Amino acid sequence: MASGVKPRVKVPSSASAGEAVTIKTLISHPMESGQRKDGDGNTIPRSIINRFTCDYNGKNIIDVTMEPAISTNPYFEFMATVPEAGEFQFTWYDDDGSVYEEAKAVSV
Amino acid sequence: MRYKTMTAVAALVLSAPAAFAGGADDDTLAIDGQEMVTKTTAPAHMEETGIDTIMSGWHFREDDTQSMQMDTFDNPGMIFVDQAMDAWNTVEGNAEKSCASCHEGPESMEGVRAVYPKWNEEAGEVRTLAMQINDCRETQMEAEPYKYDSAPMAAMEALISVQSRGMKVDVAIDGPAADTWEQGKDLYYTRTGQLELSCANCHEDNYGNYIRADHLSQGQINGFPTYRLKNARLNTAHGRFKGCVRDTRAETYAPGSPEFVALELYVASRGNGLSVEAPAVRN
Repeated sequence: MASGVKPRVKVPSSASAGEAVTIKTLISHPMESGQRKDGDGNTIPRSIINRFTCDYNGKNIIDVTMEPAISTNPYFEFMATVPEAGEFQFTWYDDDGSVYEEAKAVSV
Repeated sequence: MRYKTMTAVAALVLSAPAAFAGGADDDTLAIDGQEMVTKTTAPAHMEETGIDTIMSGWHFREDDTQSMQMDTFDNPGMIFVDQAMDAWNTVEGNAEKSCASCHEGPESMEGVRAVYPKWNEEAGEVRTLAMQINDCRETQMEAEPYKYDSAPMAAMEALISVQSRGMKVDVAIDGPAADTWEQGKDLYYTRTGQLELSCANCHEDNYGNYIRADHLSQGQINGFPTYRLKNARLNTAHGRFKGCVRDTRAETYAPGSPEFVALELYVASRGNGLSVEAPAVRN
């Protein structure tokens, strides 16, 4: 079980219609690869964020599959065009079944 | 013909420093638009060192690393500040207190980082921020102290330090702290280990040069606790001291030992005038 998981998102609060804005996301997560062993030689089970998605007003913008080689606290920065006022929904899917969500509204 | 060759050689020599990126750069550090003092006149006590300008380690890092520190969101060290924020409000220990019970918000810690390590009259010793945090935990909260260079300690130091971000380091080296300061100075110039290196050999005589793949800075600690890309966590000043002394192939002092406390006071005083940058981002 991952503990201390906290999503963070940085989105400008307003944009002009049709403008491409920079979105930065960061989630604190240990991203345990499943390759390591503990002091007694037992494998530490894999526990990573395996998928990250971002939707705008229900329309998917980005959908990322993550693999065990991704480092701790995965950070994504991307650009998205804002056609009209609305809300970005961010979702992270954890191996343990947890889903972390965050949303940011943008005015035009 | 001869003239041409000479010109070519001269051009090569001139371009070499740029190609190997020696020395400090001239960029300006602004964190979220707030400008930091990263280069300034050395404090008076450094007259005999031959260093007239003190520089933050930020100047010795590459552009990518530098830019990570320029935005609070991009700075991975802030994750730990957030974690410490939770710890700040968490009640621990037999006294059933949290940091917030006495100090309210962490904003009350403004200016603290800039003047530590500091002489504590009651205890009769120079105390680092970490020692003060543990003193609070033991006496006020009646909780278990943090391990000196542990993750929660580094995070708590970062939370307290970030309140003073941009303020100038101003540790007192006179009065009752003078003895400790002298001891720290002695340590700074004492060669240790099989490689027989003192702090000064690298950070005073050779800053800006490379030691194998590492770009030597002046060894300033105004950015500590520092997020290092190599281990993806916050590193305390004592952790860094330990790493440096180990690299000289010596048995190191323990983090939190009186020797390292003295050294921290001395090294901090060499940065008097630079902005507190913590948590800085380094490689």
